[in-house]
Amino acid sequence: MNTHPENNIEDPARASAFKAKRFALWLFIIASFMIFASLSSGFIVYTAGGIDKGIKIILPKAFITSTVVIIASSITVHMALLATRKGESMKRKILLALSVLLGLGFFASQFHAWQVLVEQGAFFINNNASQSFIYVFTGFHLVHIFAGIIVLLFAFFRPLNKYSLSQNVYNMELSAMFWHFLDILWIYIYVFLLLNQ
Amino acid sequence: MATTTTLPAADYNHNDHHDHGHKETFITKYVFTQDHKMIAKQFLITGIIMAFIALFLSILFRLQLAWPEKDFPILEVFLGKWAEGGRIKPEFFLALVTIHGTIMVFFVLTAGLSGTFSNLLIPLQIGARDMAAPFMNMLSYWFFFVACVVMLASFFVESGPASAGWTIYPPLSALPTAISGSGTGMTLWLISIGIFIASQVMGGINYISTILNMRTKGMSLWRMPLTIWALLFTAILGLLSFPVLVSAVVLLFFDRSMGTSFYLSDIIVQGQILAHEGGSPILFEHLFWFLGHPEVYIVILPSFGIVSEVISINSRKPIFGYHAMVYSLLGISVLSFLVWGHHMFVTGMSPFLGGVFMITTLIIAVPSAVKVFNYIATIWRGNIRFTPAMVFSIGMVSFFISGGITGLFVGNAAIDIQVHDTYFIVAHFHLVMGSAAIFGMLAGVYHWYPKMFGRMMNNRLGYLHFWITFVGAYFVFIPMHFMGIDGVPRRYYAFTSFEFMEKWLSVNVFITWSAIIAGLAQVAFAWNFFHSMKHGKLATQNPWGANTLEWTTPIERIHGNWPGELPTVHRWPYDYSKPGHSEDFIPQTVPYSETMSSNLPHDFEGNPEAEKIQREWEAQQLVVDEESK
Repeated sequence: MNTHPENNIEDPARASAFKAKRFALWLFIIASFMIFASLSSGFIVYTAGGIDKGIKIILPKAFITSTVVIIASSITVHMALLATRKGESMKRKILLALSVLLGLGFFASQFHAWQVLVEQGAFFINNNASQSFIYVFTGFHLVHIFAGIIVLLFAFFRPLNKYSLSQNVYNMELSAMFWHFLDILWIYIYVFLLLNQ
Repeated sequence: MATTTTLPAADYNHNDHHDHGHKETFITKYVFTQDHKMIAKQFLITGIIMAFIALFLSILFRLQLAWPEKDFPILEVFLGKWAEGGRIKPEFFLALVTIHGTIMVFFVLTAGLSGTFSNLLIPLQIGARDMAAPFMNMLSYWFFFVACVVMLASFFVESGPASAGWTIYPPLSALPTAISGSGTGMTLWLISIGIFIASQVMGGINYISTILNMRTKGMSLWRMPLTIWALLFTAILGLLSFPVLVSAVVLLFFDRSMGTSFYLSDIIVQGQILAHEGGSPILFEHLFWFLGHPEVYIVILPSFGIVSEVISINSRKPIFGYHAMVYSLLGISVLSFLVWGHHMFVTGMSPFLGGVFMITTLIIAVPSAVKVFNYIATIWRGNIRFTPAMVFSIGMVSFFISGGITGLFVGNAAIDIQVHDTYFIVAHFHLVMGSAAIFGMLAGVYHWYPKMFGRMMNNRLGYLHFWITFVGAYFVFIPMHFMGIDGVPRRYYAFTSFEFMEKWLSVNVFITWSAIIAGLAQVAFAWNFFHSMKHGKLATQNPWGANTLEWTTPIERIHGNWPGELPTVHRWPYDYSKPGHSEDFIPQTVPYSETMSSNLPHDFEGNPEAEKIQREWEAQQLVVDEESK
């Protein structure tokens, strides 16, 4: 493991720059959560507009599959973080690859859910926009998942030996934090939709 | 390699060397720069150019309002089919007001104002070498630049720019067939604002994380200048509210392009019933104003901060009620999220809900009044220096008072229902957030020009600029109040088409002439600004006798700000005219041990050691005095 002094995270200036970056990621998470918060309140305002509004269907089972898949991916990402801490780069690579696959699986599962919705007659282009909102929520979330998969791929292809251990751990912590956020965000969306179905 | 033990300064220089190589090229220095000071100048100059474009648009529609029956052949020369026969077309008139509003609110007073001064002042005033993420900072500017280009490009498409007003309410904005501006122009508007939001979020994240994580030694939160407090709250507001606009705009995009019905219902266009059913345009208004109201505070808060600083420095007095100033900024920021409904009193909102929004709106008057009171109390019996920055700051307070008073009127649902969408509203917000924010921005430009360019601006031109603009703005907006009370609606094209509005034509002529003259005064500013860059008087290191850290940096404006170690802060930034001190200012970097003659008991924040040393020194002074007698 390369512990070149200029990459040493214990250097106070670098430590504070890292702290600032982690903080910036939190701020980004807040900003992106605001999108979903505003969609939720938009949904509530819209649905309160009339008794013919509302989801009015049973949500597809595929959403449960998605939930299981994304929770599993969160676990593998966390294990990848643990492996990074211990410097087990092979194990880390396998776990990250697994996480990316699970992320793609989540993608597929969500697409499948959309198909089920279409079969049920709950189209995106719909005079009951409460149903359109399901697509908007999941679509916005998928855009984030897409970004998350790119983040995981960056972590996967990161040339570990070019950086110090502490830098690698730090980098992996940020990636994991973002991925866990996507996981929690999905659970929020799913619970929100379930409560309104 | 000594990096592990070096000072942060050396470490920084090392990074700098590492990133940029030995020589800075034109591209890395002026175009894709990561130096916060250069990015600030990019924001400022882009903002100024956009402001001139928006000003020009406003003069165009003012011509139409003043002389609706008259032809101006010159207009046809450069507007072509939008002004056939020298008369502006109704569609183009709507496009003009829309783009004027959009440019002024988003591109000038959001990005141009907080983008400029956040970038310039945050690292300099908190004692940091640069932003937390300089690369993201650079991206923030270039996203802003692209957004500007896309917005202006809409003037060159066949169907013209967006024309649904800067608030782009559906259904007008949602149906490409509704008016010509709702076609490609509207699409470009949405793209431009999407890019703009990305720029703001990147900038905002950077500003907040820099302020909270990268303050120099001794710079506790309660020692930050009020500019930094204001910019912090501005960035927080932007971060929380701009994402909401993303949702609103994306849903609008789906309605426009994909046929969903979030905002649309029961619409007949040209005899054809549209398939959209069940949507609610009110939903858009909720989402839009949840951004839109914080947005007006994003516009005014940086001006508050700048004016606090400038007034304190030029009155040679500590700011009155520093803590109250911070808490009122906080109060305004929190309340700004709870008042969006006051833009929607006429949407059929339940009177109870209207009452709630009315109360929250009127409560904002309290922190606003605290701020105004504190500005006046700071000036009160001060040793006032009427620099151009100072007169613009006083002008800002004046506009904020006269515009704020009508805010009490329109905040009341009962009155607002009468004056909604009339010139009364136009007058109100142009004074309270338009003119006030612009004057705050100009005060900031005149004040920090020496820091940005190392030269001074010309004072005489500054005063000329101030007086014509100040009087001109009042001449433009005061008469509009009366038009609004008479019920004259805003955004109407021809006053001659309605009998009750015809008598206001003469007033419109007066307003237009005032606007033209005030507009010409901006040429004095532009000349002063660009000419002084090369030919202005050379600035000294601290031309205003100010306390804050930016005036301890060398005039040469090096990358990294301070040549050696970062400065250490020992006191708050407002020790002006402190009794017992030889000079009328004490910079933040001066420790209390060097100002024994002026220290006060509360300076030590209850530190017994320091208090003891001070008492011993004072006792010794008494002995010295006795002996000299």
